[in-house]
Amino acid sequence: MDRIPILKMGNILLVTIQVDMHDRLALALQEDLTERISTTGARGVLIDISSLEIVDSFIGRMFSNIAAMARVLDAATVVVGMRPAVAITLVELGLSLPGVRTALDVDRGMELLRVSDERNPVVHVAGTEDGGALGAS
Amino acid sequence: MPSELHKQMEIRTSSDVVTVRQATRALAERTGLSLVDQTKLVTAASELARNTLDYGGGGTVQVEALENGVRRGVRLIFEDQGPGIANVQEALKDGFTTGGGLGLGLGGARRLVNEFDIESTPGQGTRVTIARWK
Amino acid sequence: MSPQPTTRIPEILKTHESSLLNEWVREQTPHLASQRGRISDADLREQSREFLSLFQQAAQRGRLDTLQDPAWREVLELLNGISQSRAKQGFTPAQTANFVISLKRPFFARLNQEYAKDGAGLAEETWRATVLLDELALHTVTSHIKMREEVILRQQEEMLELSTPVVKLWDGILALPMIGTLDSARTQVVMESLLQRIVETGADVAIIDITGVPTVDTLVAQHLLKTVTAARLMGAECIISGIRPQIAQTIVHLGVELGDVITKATLADAFAVALQRRGLAMTRAAGR
Repeated sequence: MDRIPILKMGNILLVTIQVDMHDRLALALQEDLTERISTTGARGVLIDISSLEIVDSFIGRMFSNIAAMARVLDAATVVVGMRPAVAITLVELGLSLPGVRTALDVDRGMELLRVSDERNPVVHVAGTEDGGALGAS
Repeated sequence: MPSELHKQMEIRTSSDVVTVRQATRALAERTGLSLVDQTKLVTAASELARNTLDYGGGGTVQVEALENGVRRGVRLIFEDQGPGIANVQEALKDGFTTGGGLGLGLGGARRLVNEFDIESTPGQGTRVTIARWK
Repeated sequence: MSPQPTTRIPEILKTHESSLLNEWVREQTPHLASQRGRISDADLREQSREFLSLFQQAAQRGRLDTLQDPAWREVLELLNGISQSRAKQGFTPAQTANFVISLKRPFFARLNQEYAKDGAGLAEETWRATVLLDELALHTVTSHIKMREEVILRQQEEMLELSTPVVKLWDGILALPMIGTLDSARTQVVMESLLQRIVETGADVAIIDITGVPTVDTLVAQHLLKTVTAARLMGAECIISGIRPQIAQTIVHLGVELGDVITKATLADAFAVALQRRGLAMTRAAGR
């Protein structure tokens, strides 16, 4: 089975998702990322979803899982490039992607990770049931 | 009726879920749904296809283009012979993150479509019908 | 499929084609008299001629009892074209249907001639012809209405775009000044276009100003909130400004949870916050 490639840029791992993933591929990505964070000691994970036309609950949970596992390994996660139609659908679905920070594009995502590297706590996207506001930056 | 307008597909593996998404997307686009509406429908289809696979033990989906006078739409009927849902009302409640709704995401999927119908008999199976109109 | 009953309609059409055309055009002219100037005599004649020719061919090749027969495709396409262009020119559906219906009198006159000695045959053929022409007339009406609906829809979209421009205030800062009453449909469309502009311009702050909105209901408030949440998921922040006291009351009264959405009284205040977020500051020029 093809796996989604993970690039290393400095101490950040970069993943670009360009295919319509089936569940096993998504699970493989989760595993691969966890392992790579661990072996490389990466401080940040940037997931580019600008090519993704659909994000359903499974993929959404995958992002949250990745963020949670990364956090345990002391790394921050940012998801970038979400398309408007996808965002609107996620809101309607009621998915809030807890633990996942987002940015418009790779540049801004890298900036967020750089800032976060200065030991900021991982923040939740506001509006979830756990409450919480956007962290200070 | 031309075959692209009415298709029946098997849902037996996780790759099938992807195929269902793609077929739904193609038909929705062809029917002229807006991009946002297409996305909503395909996402709902993905949720229900996954349910059919994970909870229903596999099943089928019928994808159909609809025409009602000048209105056009797309309908999907998911069927499985799985364990069924004992409490449909409970399943329709929200909650991916809170764990309500039995984790089936039916409440969410319902909000993404114009028409939603579910029939389920414990021990016999489940049938979910959704439709999105232009 | 039952065998095609024998009919002389195609043959009669062929034999009398040119005289039928003349009479039919004459038949249509009084109805169009009040519309003079909207369709030229030459155009009318050409449309009629083409219809008759295709009609005759289809009647020859295909079944007369159903328009689903592929032989009628070209006729239906021609009628679509005619009714759509008439719709655009402002004709009513009835006037457009009349194009087909006015063929009846001259055609029945011919049938009468040909079946002078055969009462039963005349009745049968007349019935066949009238059902066929009625179906074709109804087809033009459906086509006409569809065209009008598309025109109206397009006009609505254009009005929507014009009435709610998304403005770039600064690098990375967009403003959406909303004016007038918001209904659910309008709000949805506007919000979708805002999110699209956010992506296109790479703006990470969007100010939604509702100073010009007199009232807000639950649905609209929910759409606003959904937009803010969606923008956040995309990585942009929304600020809602210009909330009048009445709207503030409505929001509280309706129990709408604003959560931690940033709100500011004026667009100016919102702009200041936006600049701050982007790490920008305004300074006074020296010597002032």
